[in-house]
Amino acid sequence: MSGGRHPDARRAAEIAARDSYGRLVAYLSSRSRDVAAAEDALGEAFRAALEAWPESGVPANPEAWLLAVARRRMIDDSRHERVKESARASLEVVARERQSQSEPADADEAAFPDDRLKLLFACAHPAIDPGSRTPLMLQAVLGLDAARIGSAFLVSPAAMGQRLVRAKAKIRDAGIPFDVPGPAALSARLGPVLDAVYAAYGAGWEAPAGAGADARRRGLATEAIWLAQILAELLPDEPEARGLLALLLHCEARREARYSADGVFIPLDEQDVSLWSRPMVARAERELAAAAAMRSIGRYQLEAAIQSAHATRIHGGRTDWEAVAILYEQLVRIAPALGALVGRAAAIARAAGPDAALHALDEIRPAAARAYQPYWAVRAHVLALLDDREAARDAYGRAIGLAEDPRVRDFLIRRRDHLEGVRP
Amino acid sequence: MVSTTIAVPNGIDSHNMEWMMLYVISAYETPEDFEARSNESKHSYWGAWKAYAEALTEAGVKVGGRGLMAPSTATTVRLREGERFVQDGPYADTKEQLGGFCLIEVPDLDAALDWAARCPAAATGVVEVRPALPSCDPAAMERNAAEPSLAAAH
Repeated sequence: MSGGRHPDARRAAEIAARDSYGRLVAYLSSRSRDVAAAEDALGEAFRAALEAWPESGVPANPEAWLLAVARRRMIDDSRHERVKESARASLEVVARERQSQSEPADADEAAFPDDRLKLLFACAHPAIDPGSRTPLMLQAVLGLDAARIGSAFLVSPAAMGQRLVRAKAKIRDAGIPFDVPGPAALSARLGPVLDAVYAAYGAGWEAPAGAGADARRRGLATEAIWLAQILAELLPDEPEARGLLALLLHCEARREARYSADGVFIPLDEQDVSLWSRPMVARAERELAAAAAMRSIGRYQLEAAIQSAHATRIHGGRTDWEAVAILYEQLVRIAPALGALVGRAAAIARAAGPDAALHALDEIRPAAARAYQPYWAVRAHVLALLDDREAARDAYGRAIGLAEDPRVRDFLIRRRDHLEGVRP
Repeated sequence: MVSTTIAVPNGIDSHNMEWMMLYVISAYETPEDFEARSNESKHSYWGAWKAYAEALTEAGVKVGGRGLMAPSTATTVRLREGERFVQDGPYADTKEQLGGFCLIEVPDLDAALDWAARCPAAATGVVEVRPALPSCDPAAMERNAAEPSLAAAH
């Protein structure tokens, strides 16, 4: 939109969208339990803003303006029976709410509560299909569209759209509460919320190099960190929420160092640490320290602590592989995920040698590891250290066949080709 | 928690000013559960159900419900081109069979799931929680709004 007397209106709307979207959806849907209706109404409100603001100027409190329009929209929709009969009455809630007449003293401070935490817990409710939780968060809290979410999860936009519609209908019709669980249930219910945010980061992390869709996947990592930040801010006394943020910041700090300028994959222990983002690492360390001070260990704190051990290289230190192996030991006791079991084996190879590492790999159920690329890459590496070249070559072959990222595939092929030069 | 007065299709709890929803809790029991109704375990079986029903009543969430006789007492009816096909036995050929249901009124799914977890069948069989549709009868809706009771369900 060019023209109008306020050309900065579009940018203001975009900033408001970025900052406010989740808060507005959360506020509207936590009262009506209808995420889809809240999103629709808010979409209309943003459209109205793009029309009105260039002419009339950006209102003093853009969020309050958007909320008022969205609220009216929801009421109109319920009157015009554009919504399901069962949802109409719930929209009355929104209609009957007395609008706050008082303008907040600080125009940047919106006059409504932050309900995003309630929305996150609703999205990751045990009654929601686990495969829908992350997409639901990305859409409801961050406003990502189904096409973009679908591309990150390798699902067609139409299929992802249907999945999201189903999940929102379940929230509305089954009466999933918009509430932060009480202290007794909080830690059990927080797990799925953190897992869903971590899955969003993973989808962005493993983005292969190349086409445009992949850039969209990479952007997902940033969105996931945004979600993790919201969680850590809203739940400052939950060490695992702080731990997750620390973990994601540590991983994200190394983004520039993971590939060379010409796109060659560089494994963690060969990365140029001067390329790691120091401010991000420092923030990660602060989050982890705050979490550790609460003295309640958990999966994400351990994962962050492992990354923190690698981060000592920034200050010229060397990675304490024995400490890393011990941390992995604790991690697999709490959360024996495949990635953790393989990471543990890789750490054992450094700390205790390849024999112990091969033993650790052999403890992993073959069925689980059959199609897991990192397992075969680590196995190949360990077999090469043991000078079992033929088995190493085979394992590299498995890893190469399973690699999704072409840069990782090339790296593995080079490793296999260099086998002849390996000295145990 | 919502603190305004809310007119919900299922009824309004004007005392607590809370959103209220109707759920059907269906208890699917194993063959062993059905046997336990009459074998040496019958005292603990019926004792558990009696205690559960009392707990529902005392908590003020129970709207209705019944235990059902054994699946062998079931009969299915299909009407095809005007002809009745009546068959002996229950509809679903599954290990767990519907053994009873409760109709409860609670604020949200979490509260319904709490009650489902307490259901004696949860430890042996499966308990399904499903929201009930709002009544289609305007008069009944008004009655529900005034006093949640489900004449229709009895």
